[in-house]
Amino acid sequence: MKVRYIKLEQVEGPLIVLQDVKEAAYDEIVEIEVPGRGMRMGKVVEISGDKVIIQVFEGTSGISLDKVSVSFTGSPMRIPLSKEILGRIFNGIAKPIDGAGEIYSEKTYDINGRPINPVARLYPRNFIRTGISAIDGLITLIRGQKLPIFSGDGLPHNELAAQIVRQAGISGEESKNFAVVFAAMGIKHDEADFFVRSFEEAGVMDRVVMFLNLADDPVVERIITPRCALTAAEYLAFERGMHVLVIMTDMTSYCDALREISSAREEVPSRKGYPGYMYSDLATLYERAGIIKNSGGSITQIPILTMPNDDITHPIPDLTGYITEGQIVLSRSLYQLGIYPPIDVLPSLSRLMKDGIGAGYTREDHPDLANQIFAAYSRVQEVRALAQVIGEEELSETDKCYMEFGRRFERIFLSQKFDENRSIEKTLDIMWDLLKVLPRSEITRIDPALVNKYLGK
Amino acid sequence: MQEGKIIYINGPVVRASGMRGFTMREMVMVGEKKLIGEVIALNKDVATIQVYEETSGVRVGEPVIGTGKPLTVKLGPGIIGNIFDGIERPLSRIYKEGSAFIPPGIGLISLDEEKRWDVEILAKEGDYLNEGDVFAEVAETSMIVHKVMVPPGIKGRVISVKSSGNYTINEVLAVLEDEGKTFELRMCQEWPVREPRPVKKRMAIEKLLVTGQRVIDTFFPLAKGGTAAIPGGFGTGKTITQHQLAKWSDADIIVYIGCGERGNEMTEVLEDFPKLEDPRTGKPLMDRTVLIANTSNMPVAAREASIYTGITIAEYFRDMGYNVALMADSTSRWAEALREIAGRLEEMPAEEGYPAYLASRLAQFYERAGYFENLNGSEGSITIIGAVSPAGGDFSEPVTQATKRVVGAFLALDRELAHARHFPAINWLLSYSGYVKMLGDWYAQNVADDFLSLRAKMLSLLREENKLMDIVKLVGEDVLPDDQRLVLEIARVLKMAYLQQNAYHKEDSFVPLERQYKMLKVIEKLYDRATSAIKKGIPLAKVKNEALFNDIIMMKYNLNFDDLSSKIDEYFDKLESMYKEGAQYES
Ligand SMILES: Nc1ncnc2c1ncn2[C@@H]1O[C@H](COP(=O)(O)OP(=O)(O)OP(=O)(O)O)[C@@H](O)[C@H]1O
Ligand SMILES: [Mg+2]
Repeated sequence: MKVRYIKLEQVEGPLIVLQDVKEAAYDEIVEIEVPGRGMRMGKVVEISGDKVIIQVFEGTSGISLDKVSVSFTGSPMRIPLSKEILGRIFNGIAKPIDGAGEIYSEKTYDINGRPINPVARLYPRNFIRTGISAIDGLITLIRGQKLPIFSGDGLPHNELAAQIVRQAGISGEESKNFAVVFAAMGIKHDEADFFVRSFEEAGVMDRVVMFLNLADDPVVERIITPRCALTAAEYLAFERGMHVLVIMTDMTSYCDALREISSAREEVPSRKGYPGYMYSDLATLYERAGIIKNSGGSITQIPILTMPNDDITHPIPDLTGYITEGQIVLSRSLYQLGIYPPIDVLPSLSRLMKDGIGAGYTREDHPDLANQIFAAYSRVQEVRALAQVIGEEELSETDKCYMEFGRRFERIFLSQKFDENRSIEKTLDIMWDLLKVLPRSEITRIDPALVNKYLGK
Repeated sequence: MQEGKIIYINGPVVRASGMRGFTMREMVMVGEKKLIGEVIALNKDVATIQVYEETSGVRVGEPVIGTGKPLTVKLGPGIIGNIFDGIERPLSRIYKEGSAFIPPGIGLISLDEEKRWDVEILAKEGDYLNEGDVFAEVAETSMIVHKVMVPPGIKGRVISVKSSGNYTINEVLAVLEDEGKTFELRMCQEWPVREPRPVKKRMAIEKLLVTGQRVIDTFFPLAKGGTAAIPGGFGTGKTITQHQLAKWSDADIIVYIGCGERGNEMTEVLEDFPKLEDPRTGKPLMDRTVLIANTSNMPVAAREASIYTGITIAEYFRDMGYNVALMADSTSRWAEALREIAGRLEEMPAEEGYPAYLASRLAQFYERAGYFENLNGSEGSITIIGAVSPAGGDFSEPVTQATKRVVGAFLALDRELAHARHFPAINWLLSYSGYVKMLGDWYAQNVADDFLSLRAKMLSLLREENKLMDIVKLVGEDVLPDDQRLVLEIARVLKMAYLQQNAYHKEDSFVPLERQYKMLKVIEKLYDRATSAIKKGIPLAKVKNEALFNDIIMMKYNLNFDDLSSKIDEYFDKLESMYKEGAQYES
């Protein structure tokens, strides 16, 4: 029989402290019964002799020192998984909230996962076509990659993520094998509704699994949500051989929850009050992307985060960028110019694109061409800065060409409609068209043979 | 064996009581799962232990068992070509034995003890062997002959010895006797990772570590036995640079430590290196490489240890007389591991939460690099190249600063350059190498007498360009006189033709030194001829011939240096004679 403890020593922030506990295990899940307010869950975060500190997922409000009953489950948090999870909606700690009943499964899974042995990984090399020129052409997404969207409040990151899911997921014969896992952390109801609607419109709702912790749900629960989602994704990818796209939004809320717990535990903070272990903690999420040999499946992650003050050096985007395999950066100034998707390609990067593009993957000219466009657009920034000072009229002839290149790049290449799905050939052809406004001598990054082939002698 | 009981658990930090007889830094087995840990503090009968595996599920009251020895690695054949975790457990074996994920409680395993190696015994009965002496050899891989050495601190006369043949690493190959005591010699030995292996003496640094990377070899050279840091924000190219060095540098052995970085980056090495050919021997690169992997999601205490495991392996091969290059990507993650453990111990934090001993630990680590005369008289070296990942890309943070104080070369990666896709994004104004002078003779003997003066000339061109650009940014280029505009043009050629080097381009990924020299000479010729043409009053528009300049920018792909050199002469000869005639005509 389970031992119950009915007296707390201390309640503080999201933590409760119990004394005289005989047999607690580090990281194990506890159930906390609060009379009149139902069951809550927590986990053991520190044991010191017979004193145990527990972090309560749903928060501690309404808990009193005497009228509660705590019991230890003996294991870290596990969730039952089966193929039945497809099409279902769960709350942030994996309880069904769509009224369609519990998930029954013989097997339960530890939500913390385990590190993938690098020897077991397969290096990701397959290109995912998103139909979005800026991404396919310059920040190519690779199956098994973790590629976050760095956004800001009010920027259209949700639209972009939805467009990627819609256009990347359902193409080709592999569509049967495709699933989406969606983890919401602290986002608003209308944002969650937007995703549900767009999954429905795309006709993929029966291949989506949703874990929702919304803005008014308990903050601490957010620590658990992405772990449940990734455990589901690992199950689908590595046991069921599916190609899983995981959307996690908003990682900023996740990190803020981490900070809240850390400060309640009075830990030594690192930058901006976030805990020193935030890098390792985020890595235990992001590193769950990838491909495992012989499993047939893959996990591609698109985490979304809103950069506080649009500051890319803030610890949340900074630590994320240090772990993920590139980033798609959205720009407020492009957005204000009415450009969708407002992707700032210069700070954006796909580290894995090198192996997934070129002859045999996209097209032979792709790597050099992308390089050239990056170099030219970065030159555009310098020329624009100069034009600000001396006026566009005073620019040299070559610099004027760059001004024109910049305009076309943003209006013709970058801009596309929310439902516009471009082929890779189309994207690459637009890129060549852009180069036509520059003098030939400016084309220094492309093999001359390719230039002759695509631009004529 | 001694046994204590767990009384406290907080992530990787565990405390146990009943630990009176344990020693500081002793390796212990924690809990029922026998997780590997290390004693990091002793206070009366309570020991604080850092645990190298996930402590999830561990309970108070579970046992802690001593091993009687500090954290050690096993050194012997089977290291090269392999991949280990932070405490030398072989990841390929762990994969073969179980799942794709790394479970806790694997226990202490390291080198393959079953495998039989072809051993050539060199010592004879009656020989007197000193510490470090080589008494047998094993062809470990196609590139590496493993020299089996007498461990440090041991010497004596050979009283029995096996004949050459097939043995496992634990079999006794020879027995030494010294003052009545005997020692058994095996193919493997053990060494505590936190203690540097002894050498006879340190020697001067005077050889270039050739990397085939133009901006490094020419401008900010690394030296065999030297140290270097590569700091840079995310995505600026630390890992690619480290991979390039691991692939192409002319070290005999590469120890690559993935310290708190991405799993896929280790996988990439595992997939690519066996297929890549060493440019000098034609053998697969994996045959000289050992990987230590503690990816960012693996336990953080093992991250702290991984650096020491790596450097100890490097020292062992140095002792054999090899030049070893060690890459650590990223030392910042190691420092953060220190910080995390210090935080859980509730130590007083110094700057940004890092413990006060951060700088001294970093210095101790880099001190293990050097060019040495080994105990056995051979010469060997360790070069350490550490990546640094400053928070927010800001070099004023503690790890970058503490590292900068102890390394000889500093390759500063620049976010602006990376965004403009100028790779390698090594900022030529912020970077430096303290080895240039020490390598003067080496360059003169192995490349060319004028190499360093050529280098100096090009560097000052870049500095001048930087000054001029400050003006250009304010008023545009047109106001500058032609000779200054020429500086901008030549600097642009130097950047695009020379400094930029595409790691992914077959022809450009690795460039031998003599080719670097040729390229630089072509640029110099262009610079000189163009300068003198401008001096003669020929306008820049004529001097800057698009086709010629473009040919030079593309020379890295076309490799037509000799042609180009005469093409430059032809062009300027013609140009100057036209103008001379014109001038005569006018007068
Ligand atoms: N020499 C090079 N040639 C071509 N591309 C390069 C080169 N160096 C860097 N890059 C580009 O820069 C990207 C980022 O490089 P890298 O992964 O080495 O960054 P990093 O500094 O290690 O970042 P992090 O700190 O996040 O690990 C690469 O994916 C590649 O696209
Ligand atoms: Mg890196």
